[in-house]
Amino acid sequence: MLEIKNLSARIGDKEILRGVNLIVPDGEIHAIMGPNGAGKSTLSYVLSGREGYEVTGGEAIYNGQDILALTPEARAAAGMFLAFQYPVELPGVGNANFLRTALNAVRRARGEAELDAVAFLKLARAALKNLSMQDDMLKRNVNVGFSGGEKKRNEVLQMALLRPGLAILDETDSGLDIDALKIVAEGVNALRSPVFSALVITHYQRLLDYIVPDRVHVLAAGKIVRSGGPELALELEARGYAGLEVA
Amino acid sequence: MTALPTRSLEAWRYTDLRPLDAMSFAEAPAASIPGDLPDIGVPRLVFVNGRFDAAASSALMFAHDFATVTEESDLPLALINAQHAQDGLTLEIPAGVDAGVVLLISYANGGALHPRHRVSLGAGATLTLLEVIKGEGVYWHNPVTDIVLAQGARLAHYRLQNESREAFHLATIRVGAAADAAYESFTAVMGAKLSRAEFHVELSGAKAHTHVNAAQLLGDSQHGDFTSVVRHKAPDCSSRQTVKSVLSDAARGVFQGRIEVDRVAQKTDGYQMSQALLLSPAAEMDIKPELQIFADDVKCSHGATIGALDEEQVFYLRSRGIPEDTARAMLIRAFLTEALEPVTHAGAHALFEAAIETWWTGK
Repeated sequence: MLEIKNLSARIGDKEILRGVNLIVPDGEIHAIMGPNGAGKSTLSYVLSGREGYEVTGGEAIYNGQDILALTPEARAAAGMFLAFQYPVELPGVGNANFLRTALNAVRRARGEAELDAVAFLKLARAALKNLSMQDDMLKRNVNVGFSGGEKKRNEVLQMALLRPGLAILDETDSGLDIDALKIVAEGVNALRSPVFSALVITHYQRLLDYIVPDRVHVLAAGKIVRSGGPELALELEARGYAGLEVA
Repeated sequence: MTALPTRSLEAWRYTDLRPLDAMSFAEAPAASIPGDLPDIGVPRLVFVNGRFDAAASSALMFAHDFATVTEESDLPLALINAQHAQDGLTLEIPAGVDAGVVLLISYANGGALHPRHRVSLGAGATLTLLEVIKGEGVYWHNPVTDIVLAQGARLAHYRLQNESREAFHLATIRVGAAADAAYESFTAVMGAKLSRAEFHVELSGAKAHTHVNAAQLLGDSQHGDFTSVVRHKAPDCSSRQTVKSVLSDAARGVFQGRIEVDRVAQKTDGYQMSQALLLSPAAEMDIKPELQIFADDVKCSHGATIGALDEEQVFYLRSRGIPEDTARAMLIRAFLTEALEPVTHAGAHALFEAAIETWWTGK
C-alpha cells in the first residue's frame, strides 16, 4: 500500500506540491488527472527519487517504509517502478544488457538468484511476445532511434520483467497512437493482481478506457482537489479542468 | 643529446617535460621478461627494455634485421631516439601478402629505451599490428615507429599503452600512405605518469585513407597527450581523427589535432572530433584543433565536447534498480564503445575490453 501524507515539494524556490494526500491500497489502480503545471510529473519524480526536488514536508510510505529516504535504486528494489514520460536514450548501452543488469540488480536486492544469459533471454523473449515487440528490440541501444510508441513499449517491457508492486505511469499515453496505447494498456492490465497497484498519471481520459481505474484523483495547483470513481474521468473529459481548484 | 622540447614550442604547449628532464635516465639495462605475457594465439614479437627477446618471441619467420638509424626530421624526440636507438622491430610484408595479425609486446622496467620500429607493406599487402606496451617501475620509453604503406596496402595498428604508472612514455608514429592505402589505428592510453602519442600521417597518393583513433582513460595525476597531424598531399583522400577521453581525479588530457591540406589535395574529406568525460572537478582537458587548408574544394570539420555524465541517464538506470556505481560504469563503457568499434579483430577487441574493465574496477 502507498500512503502519501501531506507531501510538499519544490524545485528551487518554486513550490510545486502543496500538501498531497493519497492512499493507493494493494490491488488497486488509481489515476491522477489534472491540468498542465498541476504537479503531476513532479509527484512521480519525487516518489521515484529524482534529484533536484526538495521535499519540504510530509511523507510517502510504501509497504510500511518511508521511501523518501531511499535512493532511487533502493526504491526500485522495494518494488516501485516509474514509467517515464520521456524515456531516456542510452547510446552505446545494449537493451539486453540494460534489462538483464536491471533485473539482476533488483533480484539481488530482493535476495533472489540472478539469471544467467540463457534464462534471461528466455524470459525477455516471452515478455516481448506478450507486448507484440520484435526480438531485435533487445539488440538495439536503449531507446536510441526508437519511435515514441517503441519507447513507451520498452518502458512496459521493463515493467513486465521487473514485476513491480507499485507502478507509476507518467503520461505513458502521450505520443501514442491507438494501437500502441492498447498494447501498453494490456501490458499494465496483465500485471493486475492483489499485490500490484498503479498510479496512472494522465492528462486525458483516453488511456482510462483501456486501463480502468478504481479511483480517479484530480491534482490542481499541487493538491488533490477531488477524488471519485472512474466516472470522474468522464466528467472531466466533458467539462474540462476549469473551476476545479475551488470545487 | 638533443635537448628535450620545452613548452615555449607551440607543439609542446600543454605538455611539460621538466619532470622527465630531472630524471637523467641512463641507458636501460638488459632484462628478462616476466612470465605473464598476453597471448591471443597469433605470432608474437617481444622487446624487453628496448631489445629484441628472441626466446620470448614466436614469430621468427619475420627476419630480425636492425639497420642504423638516420633521422631526417627536426622532431626533438625522434632526434633523441636516433642518437640512442640500438634495436627495434623490422617488419616487411611483401606485395600482395595478407600477413594476418602480429602481436608486438614491449616490456620495460628501468632506464631509458629508444627503440626504432619499422613497418613496411608492399602494394596490396595487409597486416594487423597489435602492440601491447607495459612495464614496471620508473623508466622512459621513447619509441619511434616508421610505417610505409605502398599502393593499396592496409595496416590496422592497435596500441594498448599500459605502461607502469611511474613511467614516461613518448611515442612518435609516422606513416606514409601511397594511393589507395589505408592506415587505421586505435590507441588506448591508460598507463604512464606522463605520456604523449604523436602521430604524423602523410596521405601522399590519391584516395589514401586514415583513421587515427584513441581512447584515453586517465586517473590520479596522470598526464596524457594525444597529438595527431594528418597531411593531405594528394586529391580524394579522407582522414578521421577521433579521441575519447575519460578523466578522473586530477588527471589531465590533451588532444592536439591538425589537418593540413596541400594546394593539390582537392576533394579532401577531413574530420576531427574530441569528446571528453570529466569525472572529477579537478580533472582537466585541453583541446587544440588546427586546420591549415590550401585547397579550395575540400570538406573539413572538427568538433569538441567536454562534459560530465548525463545525470538524466544516471537516474534512468538507477530508477531500474541499478546501483549508482554500476550505472556510472555502464555509461562510461557506453561512451568508450564507439571508440572500440573499429577494432574488428576479436582477440584484439577482447584484450582492450579486458584492459578497460580492469582500469574501471581499479577506480
